[in-house]
Amino acid sequence: MFAAENGLKGDPRLQAISDAIRVVPHFPKQGIMFQDITTLLLDHKAFKHTIDIFVDRYRDMDISVIAGVEARGFMFGPSIALAIGAKFVPLRKPKKLPGEVISEAYELEYGTDCLEMHVGAVPPGERVIVIDDLVATGGTLSAAIRLLERVGAQVVECACVIGLPEVKGQRRLNGKPLYILVEPREIDGCC
Amino acid sequence: MLVREQLTMSDYRDKDPLIHGIQSKIRVVPNFPKPGIMFQDITTLLLDPKAFKDTIDLFVERYKGKNISVVAGIEARGFIFGPPIALEIGAKFVPLRKPKKLPGKVISEEYVLEYGKDCLEMHVGAVEPGERALVVDDLIATGGTLCAAMQLLERVGAEVVECACVIELPDLKGRERLNGKPLYVLVESH
Repeated sequence: MFAAENGLKGDPRLQAISDAIRVVPHFPKQGIMFQDITTLLLDHKAFKHTIDIFVDRYRDMDISVIAGVEARGFMFGPSIALAIGAKFVPLRKPKKLPGEVISEAYELEYGTDCLEMHVGAVPPGERVIVIDDLVATGGTLSAAIRLLERVGAQVVECACVIGLPEVKGQRRLNGKPLYILVEPREIDGCC
Repeated sequence: MLVREQLTMSDYRDKDPLIHGIQSKIRVVPNFPKPGIMFQDITTLLLDPKAFKDTIDLFVERYKGKNISVVAGIEARGFIFGPPIALEIGAKFVPLRKPKKLPGKVISEEYVLEYGKDCLEMHVGAVEPGERALVVDDLIATGGTLCAAMQLLERVGAEVVECACVIELPDLKGRERLNGKPLYVLVESH
């Protein structure tokens, strides 16, 4: 669900966040309007608003783990974890994590990819939020949910800054609630 | 300079037990990514909210109020430490990334690996001339990546104030590759 439909309607922070995101046409390939959050990270106020909104939402939900999807999930997750006193668990591409891992494959448009988590990072029963910058098809987030459920954790919600139209109207992903701050921006006078 | 070396009696406060706590949470994984390497794994530090917070607080304490407007973090573990520091000190966060990840126009800096080369990229326009910048990563080994990061920032006219890492491997002498720029680390590992 979008933040604006869930208590933050008219919140000026959401507009500031949306305005700070840059659209890069035709990246990584023709036809894709890439939502670039690096410009949000350059805007200290808007970046802080982003973190504050997530922190306000999760601080009283008894969350003990923030799991961030490599690599842009790493830019948002740790600050949220620090503010609410939770652990931060990185979910990484293959062969990056040094210790024993569990892996979950997921489908790409062409081929498959894989997400990994350290064994022992999340004990059974812990309440987890999964965070990434953007949700499109939900493939990566679904893999993240499966990883966490395999170790007996409880995924309370998936949180993303941006939600693409594919997920609009979908309040859930794999049965898990989805919380999104803004919709994608479009370029004016688009090519 | 190490945190310990900079302490005066008036600075001593409670830093030493904090450092000890942080160091104790770092896991060493032998023979990763290849035989002979003792990998310094910071993911276990991130599992300890107090130790992770202490890590960030030590950097924030050092850099707050020093007119630093940019924290540049090196992909990917620099993305874990850099943004919390940037948020606390009121700076921008600028990700320095492997090739082809950043969507906009970039500048690139090549650097040498043990075998072969790699490349670090930064968005054009992210950092303006004259800005005071920190470079953050989880660890400094040979200093090759940090050196490339500093080059990127200096090429756009920024002033690199300091490089900040959680861990240093002093035996690899990375400090000497920083063109005289100061290095601040919390923990040494031999």
